[in-house]
Amino acid sequence: MSRESHALAKVTAPAPGATEGQSPVLEHEHRLLSPLLDRRSFLRCALVSGTALGIGELVRPLAAIPSPADPQKQDDSRFTVEAKFYQKLENKKVKCKLCPRECVVGDRERGYCGVRENHGGTYYSLVHSRVCAAHVDPIEKKPLFHYLPGTLAFSLATAGCNVNCKFCQNWDISQVRPEQVPAEYAPPKLVADLAKQHGCPTIAYTYSEPVVFSEYIMDAADAGHEAGIRSVVVSNGYMQEEALKTAYGKMDAIKIDLKAFSESYYKDVVVGELKPVLDTLVTLRKMGKWTEIVYLVVPTLNDSEAEFRGLARWVKANLGNDVPLHFTQFHPEYLLKNLPITPVPTLERAKAIADAEGLHYVYIGNVPGHPAENTYCPKCHRLLVERVGMMAKQMLIRKNSCPFCGQQIPGLWHA
Amino acid sequence: MKHASRRDFLKKCVTGVAVLPAAGKAWAEQPRAWRGGAEGMPLLAAAEQAAPTAKSRVVVARDAMLRGSGTTVDSGRVLSLLDRAMQSLFDVDHPGEPWKRLVRPGVTVGLKVNTLGGRGLSTNVQLVEAICERLQEAGIKAHDIIIWDRDTDEMDHVGFHTSTADNRVQCFGSDRTGFEEDYATYGKVGSRLSKILTQRCSVLINVPILKDHDGAGVTVALKNMYGVIHNPNKLHPDGGDPYIADLNMLPAIKTKMRLTICDATTACYEGGPGFKPQYSWQNNALILSQDPVALDYIGWQIIERKRAEKKLKTLEAAGRLPRYIATAADAQHRLGTNDPRRIELVEVSA
Repeated sequence: MSRESHALAKVTAPAPGATEGQSPVLEHEHRLLSPLLDRRSFLRCALVSGTALGIGELVRPLAAIPSPADPQKQDDSRFTVEAKFYQKLENKKVKCKLCPRECVVGDRERGYCGVRENHGGTYYSLVHSRVCAAHVDPIEKKPLFHYLPGTLAFSLATAGCNVNCKFCQNWDISQVRPEQVPAEYAPPKLVADLAKQHGCPTIAYTYSEPVVFSEYIMDAADAGHEAGIRSVVVSNGYMQEEALKTAYGKMDAIKIDLKAFSESYYKDVVVGELKPVLDTLVTLRKMGKWTEIVYLVVPTLNDSEAEFRGLARWVKANLGNDVPLHFTQFHPEYLLKNLPITPVPTLERAKAIADAEGLHYVYIGNVPGHPAENTYCPKCHRLLVERVGMMAKQMLIRKNSCPFCGQQIPGLWHA
Repeated sequence: MKHASRRDFLKKCVTGVAVLPAAGKAWAEQPRAWRGGAEGMPLLAAAEQAAPTAKSRVVVARDAMLRGSGTTVDSGRVLSLLDRAMQSLFDVDHPGEPWKRLVRPGVTVGLKVNTLGGRGLSTNVQLVEAICERLQEAGIKAHDIIIWDRDTDEMDHVGFHTSTADNRVQCFGSDRTGFEEDYATYGKVGSRLSKILTQRCSVLINVPILKDHDGAGVTVALKNMYGVIHNPNKLHPDGGDPYIADLNMLPAIKTKMRLTICDATTACYEGGPGFKPQYSWQNNALILSQDPVALDYIGWQIIERKRAEKKLKTLEAAGRLPRYIATAADAQHRLGTNDPRRIELVEVSA
């Protein structure tokens, strides 16, 4: 099989042992489920602890896409809906109002995300129901640690992203146009049905950047809620307030990747802005949405003590000390291969600073087996949730409280 | 000298400010090349120091009767206009001579057209046919000529019909071949290149059009390279600066680029890059150069003159100054010159 046809016939599935913001969407293809596993693949499968299970309904059509040299011949009309957040301008131009970038897009051109196109002065999303990656993951992998621990999330993505993080682990789907990656038609009701069939109480919109497929997540969340399935989103939070309230208003929980606590990092490494993301976090707080924050610690770029301290103080002052904050380990990828993996002591230093600033739930991620993956009671310090390799092994919280001292533990612990 | 710490070094690598040596190889073999200034000097000083003996020549060839009595470009007249322009550019008397200097039998020549603007504002088929004719006369076999752009359907829509037969000029879009898996990077650009460029073409002739651009100010030669990558949408912030210049520094582009033949038969001074009939005019010209920066500078001036004639603001006043042209000429890029003192503008009329 040529490299090209392999790439076009791939089925993307998230790699184990990494949280969403850092989770490589690897090309497992059918071999993932076959007995012909090499040692590396076996270890991956073993680590994922059975999460690389059935997306059979999506696997078959994805892999069966014909015409490997011509991926654009997907039926684009099925995936095209008018965008919800934009403004019409003169000369058939439009201004996108989805994210703070506010792309002004000429006729027949696309916005920065690459998945929205202007046709004659009307702006369209090209990725509604256009799923290029789908998988069943533990909810801890998002990571959401205070939200239905030990349950599964039916996780999906379309192509596209509204930033361009140089460390992106999912660049093969986030930094491409929709016609450049194989996809399957998965309308909202099908997603809800699949989630139910696979025993997932939650649909997760993740891997790439759900901001850019907002119309789809809104419809899928509605379909899910009708079927008794909740929705969560894993997002960079780089979004305009109205779009945020409308689209993420339908979500039941949200994980925000706060990439750094400096504008310069956002400008140079993310190609975005910090301020709107902080605004998003505050808005979500006001909306009463359960929110967790991930901070990917990249050596030399966002790992200073001042930055950790500034972040922790800001979180405490603006969101409160009960918001879970995950410091996760960076692995070299995409355009940032010249940096080493984040040393564990750096992560521990970050956690120590945030703990000292008074945050109650500070975690270390992407380091399987680290004790800071567990949840402890902030009052009596007893172990409440034990996690190993993204799996909740033991959950002692009862009635949203510590069984030892009665301290309320924020989150949604039981369905 | 202050030594950079490892931390600083790593930061620079990430943010792409490390200065790479610029090589003027794209047109180094050509006689009238502007080869840039000395490294490590302030921009102006470097330019003064390295004042080339030969200027970058830009030829603007016009034919008021290019369309005869009709609305479409006449094949015979455009071939004649192309010949005159090429002879002026290369200072030769015979129409076939420039092409023999430009290409040798056995190379595969890619003609990168621009078809984004649809039927109203895309590279003319007649012009490309004329180029193909001269290339074949210079010994290039038909199947060693590839007419290409990003999308096969867009090409077909404007008359570049798909052709992959062995004995024919090849014609198809990057969507047919896909893009390299690995990212090519320079400065702020990280992109996957079309396999047509990387695996098929050994020589590149750029055949863009002349038009206004709502973000970059103008789009002529340098920006036409957005059609060779998988993620042009990622390179539009800040008016394409420095993205456009950085993109043209990628070796696969820079080392293969030999010539730009800008189709300015129909041009656009406002509302681009899409076709807006009310802002387009029949300019009936071709603009040729081996220096893409000089060509972009001249093209920009033509658009500014038209805007002034139409009582429109300058692009700078409109907030769309094409800053990327100066960046392409700076000490880090040296893709050509934007200094009018170093541009030899030759105007030719049919």
